[in-house]
Amino acid sequence: MAIAIPKFIGMTKVDNMRYLPLTDNDRSEMLETIGASSVDDLFVDVPEAARLNGPIQSLPMHASEMAVEKHMRTLSKKNLAAADAAFFLGAGAYRHHVPASVDHIIQRGEFLTAYTPYQPEIAQGTLQMLFEFQSQVARLYGCAVANASMYDGSTACWEAVAMAGRVTRRKRAVISGALHPHYTEVVKTMAKFTGDTIADAMPSIDAQPDNAGLIARIDEDTSCVVVQYPDILGRLPNLEEIAEAAHAKGALLIAVNTEPVALGAIKSPGELGADIVVGEGQSIGVGLQFGGPYLGLFAVRDKKHVRQMPGRLCGETVDADGKRGFVLTLSTREQHIRREKATSNICTNSGLCALAFSVHMTLLGEKGMRQLAAENHRLACIAADKLAAVPGVAILNNSFFNEFTVLLDGDARAITRELSMEGILAGVSLGRLYPQVDEFSRGLLVAVTETTTEEDIEALCSALKGKLS
Amino acid sequence: MSAPNKSGWKPTAPEKIASANGTGKHGGPPTTTGNYALMLEEKLIFEIGTTDTTGVDLPEINSDAANRLGGMARDKEFGLAGLSEPETVRHYTRLSRQNYAIDLGLFPLGSCTMKHNPRLNEKVARMPGFADVHPLQPVDTVRGALEVINELAVWLIKLTGMKGVAMSPKAGAHGELCGILCIRAALEARGDAREVILVPESAHGTNPATAAFAGYRVEDIPATAEGRVDLEALKKRLGPDVAGVMITNPNTCGLFEPDMKAISDAVHDAGGFVYCDGANFNAIVGKVRPGDLGVDAMHINLHKTFSTPHGGGGPGSGPVVLSEALCPYGPLPFTARTKDGVVHLVEEENADAFDHKEAFGRMTAFHGQMGMFTRALTYMLSHGADGLKQVAEDAVLNANYILRAMEDVLHAPYAASGPCMHEALFGDAGFGEGLSTLDLAKGMIDEGYHPMTMYFPLVVHGAMLVEPTETESKAALDQFITAFRSVALRAKAGDDTLATAPHYAPRSRLDETLAARKPLLGFTAAE
Repeated sequence: MAIAIPKFIGMTKVDNMRYLPLTDNDRSEMLETIGASSVDDLFVDVPEAARLNGPIQSLPMHASEMAVEKHMRTLSKKNLAAADAAFFLGAGAYRHHVPASVDHIIQRGEFLTAYTPYQPEIAQGTLQMLFEFQSQVARLYGCAVANASMYDGSTACWEAVAMAGRVTRRKRAVISGALHPHYTEVVKTMAKFTGDTIADAMPSIDAQPDNAGLIARIDEDTSCVVVQYPDILGRLPNLEEIAEAAHAKGALLIAVNTEPVALGAIKSPGELGADIVVGEGQSIGVGLQFGGPYLGLFAVRDKKHVRQMPGRLCGETVDADGKRGFVLTLSTREQHIRREKATSNICTNSGLCALAFSVHMTLLGEKGMRQLAAENHRLACIAADKLAAVPGVAILNNSFFNEFTVLLDGDARAITRELSMEGILAGVSLGRLYPQVDEFSRGLLVAVTETTTEEDIEALCSALKGKLS
Repeated sequence: MSAPNKSGWKPTAPEKIASANGTGKHGGPPTTTGNYALMLEEKLIFEIGTTDTTGVDLPEINSDAANRLGGMARDKEFGLAGLSEPETVRHYTRLSRQNYAIDLGLFPLGSCTMKHNPRLNEKVARMPGFADVHPLQPVDTVRGALEVINELAVWLIKLTGMKGVAMSPKAGAHGELCGILCIRAALEARGDAREVILVPESAHGTNPATAAFAGYRVEDIPATAEGRVDLEALKKRLGPDVAGVMITNPNTCGLFEPDMKAISDAVHDAGGFVYCDGANFNAIVGKVRPGDLGVDAMHINLHKTFSTPHGGGGPGSGPVVLSEALCPYGPLPFTARTKDGVVHLVEEENADAFDHKEAFGRMTAFHGQMGMFTRALTYMLSHGADGLKQVAEDAVLNANYILRAMEDVLHAPYAASGPCMHEALFGDAGFGEGLSTLDLAKGMIDEGYHPMTMYFPLVVHGAMLVEPTETESKAALDQFITAFRSVALRAKAGDDTLATAPHYAPRSRLDETLAARKPLLGFTAAE
């Protein structure tokens, strides 16, 4: 674990610690007021043996803003940024254009440096934003109620499974083979500790998702069926028939969406009968950020399930003068009130990411959302056609939105590594997602968004031609 | 130019003039708009926008284009209102002005560590090599990102004196869960099924919720009259059914647990593990290492001690430092540096090679809160080992200054027993008839402050927990103390104008009962 950090990362030791306003003079005056002879008197409860005498050795001393920025820039430059490559990665995280005003608004100090809105009289900005955010997510998902957000899509997915257990009082979750394998892994990890049974499967590498196989696994003990839409291979399962089959056995359908932009073009999971809809909101407003912070979305189709939901909820009310206002509500579900009987141990939401999502969604509106989705789909269709024409490349999917699976005559993981050295980030290989499954090694997930240019598509096709011929 | 306004145009809205009777804000007359100068009302997006309005510039949809949506094409409107860019910027700017924030003033929220958020952190997090990289890029294209994670991990290990760190947990409560799951995995690995986790009554609500989630029964740890863990009572309760204890140190009364090492030794002797809630690490960073006190697992809220922004309720970030006994069970993925200097990403496929096949699983899809890691590392490098020590000293000094400035007007239950750590605790004893901690808190709003943490910890009646942090100047503290004293004196004198405070905020007291009784959780058009 050793790491070489220079003693001072700047050229020279700087005098001032720029984030600490107390002067030595202030400190002496304050100690005198307190009646302590030195600051060590204030640490008197810390046993002598445990007290450190000076700054921790082997860590650097304080450094100037200029020096720190330089150090971090050096680390930043060791990464290949998506903007500097022909970029086709997806698999749960998508690169979209974020309007400049989004980042401006989330950097306003009144949003950035506010706390959780527990004092609603001076937090109406955050609260109204959350109320609007909940409304936007509910509409996008075709649901009655959405919460104020979760950590990310994968943790929201687990929370949905746990909630389905509370609603149905059953403990067996049936997971579609085409759920993102990392999401499946999170669900299985959590279930190990709660005693839930997780019936998972591997995806079938076919043009169509295997709905019949999934439906056959639902039984009378099943609490929920978890289906990704679009699925990990980019295909669009018909949720309606899965919902019917689940409901016939008394189970809930949990729909998982990792690409909210798709919902500008395809039917919402709620209107197809999903009972709980969860997903990753990162595509809208948040950015790639190497995997976090992201934005977990969580909604229920029927209001009757609201009291079993995890996480914060913002609701409308009035103030003492009768004016409309907003508060966090139904907190008797939450850990700070219910303690060990809470619906979840979650405390934080992804407030600032929810703000970014909400601002971007407001800029898009219904019209922009549909246009954005159409443009993603148009470019994805072009890319699929052009790739299909490359010898040694076959398109798997019958249906897709902006991401599809191609099968290469070669090891896709090795090829993506080689292409990355040429400035082409070709996609996520199935070998990366399912390293233990040799039969998947030819698979490559290719995602195309409005940021992809036709030149990028040409570059990918010609690079693949070079590797596969 | 023809004659102006030949058509005789008049505004269509009826004339609306505020009544000269009645009063508006600050005793002045009411206004027509309901706005009061810079205090501006703002409607919901759904009331001002339309589904036809957009603030982005995208190509028109070609409705003849073929689609490959497999029959799933959307055919219904979903009713998302849009705004143009100028309207959007104005909407959110107006909303922002209804928020209190650290940038506006002292934010004395005990246990939450609302310190200044340096803007260099924001600048660094937005560097394209951090902000614009995908979590599943080939690892050779993200070595710098892995180095950031690893460098931060080393800082956390050295600052805490622990053996390893799980970086992926997304927030404090997620980190608690990670730590407790490590404990359970370690116990299961030795075939030791234990049922109970001991948690003091003064703990954060997340502690018992986490233990219960992990399948444990929660029992109280008794406290002494001095607000600390009762070591002798704890020792009596320990036994083969106790998996571990969850202790906050410094505790939620703002006091250091002087017996921490003895507590850890007793728990270890009984075969259990020690979880420490790291929410209050700001008081001791650079002064004491939890590893030296026998702690087995502790989460670190990067958004508290290490200055990443709270953002109105997240995102947080909660890496968990682990002792040697728990390290093998930490979740995937994580980073590891080999002797050749290369930082590797350790996931399911190569966990064996990194001697980590006992990992209890995966807690989140990707690598954790990268955007918070870059900010926290920037902050650590800025302060350095010497600066972080100064952070703890100044935070503790500021809290004691407030404690001593207030103890003659407010009940301070533990003040007599000695100094506090980074937060000062008060109770509501001696308040006038009908007045409560809530009323005092709302009175502080009128004075221009965010209230302190209220009614927590539960062990003190009407608790008020005040944490100023180290980023306040003496002048700012003096001004706060003046306001706090005056409101406290009003509460004790029974000043009933406090019962209806705040009087000058964008809203007066909100009806929380109504909100819960008739939940309205999203916009619906007029019913």
